[in-house]
Amino acid sequence: MDVTREQHPIEKMTNDSSLIQQVKRVIHLAPLEKIFNLARGYSLWPLGFGLACCAIEGLMATNAPRFDLSRFGYEVLRSSPRQADVMLVAGTITNKMAPYVVRLYEQMPEPKWVIAMGSCAISGGPFVDSYYVVPGADKLIPVDVYVPGCSPRPDAVLHAFMMLRDKVQGKVVLENAR
Amino acid sequence: MLRTEEITLNMGPQHPSTHGVFHVVLKMDHEVITEARPICGYLHRGIEKLAEARTYTQFIPYTDRLDYLAAMLNNTGYVQAVEKLMEIEVPERAEYIRVICCELSRIASHLIAVGTYSVDIGGITGFMYCLRDRERIMDLFEMVCGSRLTLSYMRIGGVAEDLPDEFIPALCQFLDEMPSRLDEYDGLITGNEIFQARTKHVGLLDPGVAINYGISGPNLRASGVFWDLRKNRPYSVYDRFDFEVPLGKRGDCFDRFTCRIKEMRQSLKIIRQAVEQLPEGPVMAKVPKVLKPPAGDVYHEIEGAKGILGYYVVSDGSNKPYRIHVRRPSFINLGFLNELCKGWKIADVVAILGSLDIVLGEVDC
Amino acid sequence: MPGSSIPSTVIDGLKDKFPAIEVSENLTITVPEAELLSFMRELRDNPDYDFNFLTNLTAVDYPDNFTVIYNLVSFKYGYTLMAKVNLGKDEPAVSSLTSLWGSADWQEREVYDLFGIIFTGRHNLTRILLEDGFAGYPLRKDFQWVGGRE
Repeated sequence: MDVTREQHPIEKMTNDSSLIQQVKRVIHLAPLEKIFNLARGYSLWPLGFGLACCAIEGLMATNAPRFDLSRFGYEVLRSSPRQADVMLVAGTITNKMAPYVVRLYEQMPEPKWVIAMGSCAISGGPFVDSYYVVPGADKLIPVDVYVPGCSPRPDAVLHAFMMLRDKVQGKVVLENAR
Repeated sequence: MLRTEEITLNMGPQHPSTHGVFHVVLKMDHEVITEARPICGYLHRGIEKLAEARTYTQFIPYTDRLDYLAAMLNNTGYVQAVEKLMEIEVPERAEYIRVICCELSRIASHLIAVGTYSVDIGGITGFMYCLRDRERIMDLFEMVCGSRLTLSYMRIGGVAEDLPDEFIPALCQFLDEMPSRLDEYDGLITGNEIFQARTKHVGLLDPGVAINYGISGPNLRASGVFWDLRKNRPYSVYDRFDFEVPLGKRGDCFDRFTCRIKEMRQSLKIIRQAVEQLPEGPVMAKVPKVLKPPAGDVYHEIEGAKGILGYYVVSDGSNKPYRIHVRRPSFINLGFLNELCKGWKIADVVAILGSLDIVLGEVDC
Repeated sequence: MPGSSIPSTVIDGLKDKFPAIEVSENLTITVPEAELLSFMRELRDNPDYDFNFLTNLTAVDYPDNFTVIYNLVSFKYGYTLMAKVNLGKDEPAVSSLTSLWGSADWQEREVYDLFGIIFTGRHNLTRILLEDGFAGYPLRKDFQWVGGRE
């Protein structure tokens, strides 16, 4: 049977519209990468790596009972970068820490994503004119989602994870955000 | 004679048990620690230098980011230092609001200490319970100042705004429920046999040595030294409250842990008395719009959540501080880590480090 | 309730023993660098003062000199004391107090790290917060750095 992008094979087998609808709901046909991404998007494993204040909100409070990151399947905080696929840059990156942030990122296996949480990770925040602060995580590593705030609420972190999921799954993120 | 080889092991800067970006180089003879060399500074943001380019009021948000677990206490220490320099009399209601917020902050900080210590020892449930109750304090803080973590509620001369109407009923409900929650922690964490086996008689801290090394706060009191600035040198209105200072006997990890749980009970007691005595009136003293303290210097200490928190402020008469130095309790408490870890097994390092309750924003400044 | 300030009789006794010290109005004592160690040892070991807790140690870069500040507390009496040492601008150096108080160790390293003040008579005087290769001492007023808002 030929499989094309336009037509689902079930449509060739039957004319029953409710059956077609049901089968289409559970059986997706897509390139393998897309199927992988579907799964990836629902089980991101963050790296348990806190830098500063934002780690309390972004890693601790978000994982705690009220905000409960595990509702989304993202609670598997890995202590080793080799087992993680999302890095939550939660806090100020200093000159002394910068090489380690880069090394941790490089140790993570592909595919990997980065969420820059808080104004320090976005641009240096209140410490931008310091002699020892890297003005933003994107000076060191590519960033996928920025979460503004100082520090952002855990809700904002949850939203960031959902935006990242949409990005991973290939949905149009900006349309949804509007 | 068994020939052994020295092993060097890096713990950190990314390690889940260091509570941040902290690095300890462990030298071990098999499993026994022979040297634990702490390396800090991975979060050094140069706050003391930044202060020189800020006005006195603009520095308040930076104090939040030192010890971000107990931001209210850090705010208070700083504004009281500047008030001492400028000789500002703070309205009575503001003092009581400060006490309420400070003690809430102390409970929030100790909850994180207790919860993360439970994770360090191996039980993640304790962490969940503590964070559940911490959220209620975060809600209370959100009511008074709109922020959860970095609060900046204190102002030089008082507090930013009066308490909202819904605050006191919510606080009273919290005060009613919290003691039973603390009993839960005692049952879940303190009473746990594995927890006790991992912490009792581990990491002993001699009182004389603790004083010599400048260790303060619950870590010092766990060694049996009665030194709490709220009692020994009362600032603000602390002399009007009836509370006890919990002391430990042995100075081991278990005592340091239980001291914090006991302190939370005392903080609840203080808050309850402060709510009962809370007077009416203004919450802000009359202070000029542009603050220009007279030239001079002042050193002011308060009892922070981690220990003695001191601010040294030098003014040259302009609207910007000439120099601000913060005596950060976590930083000084860490100074003894090497001696404290020597001779213990590698698994005890996590227990010892966790029991000191450091926060890296404060260590590195 | 123990008092916080040190009584003036004690200060007078100190003045007799160390004529070179200067006492300001708010009872801050300025000690000459040469006498620092013996002065501090007296403060710690004399049972009349018993300053057993070195709480704070820091420095200030004034236009004419560096000043190192020591804050001491006596747990027994509740006294507090602020002592200062003025140092010249060129190659500032002062005796280390690590032999008296353990808490001086890290705080002296911090002052060395951020001000470049040398503490003599101690080992392991290395940078503590900044990395070893860092150029300059950031808390000096003449420190220049690149960075800031774009």
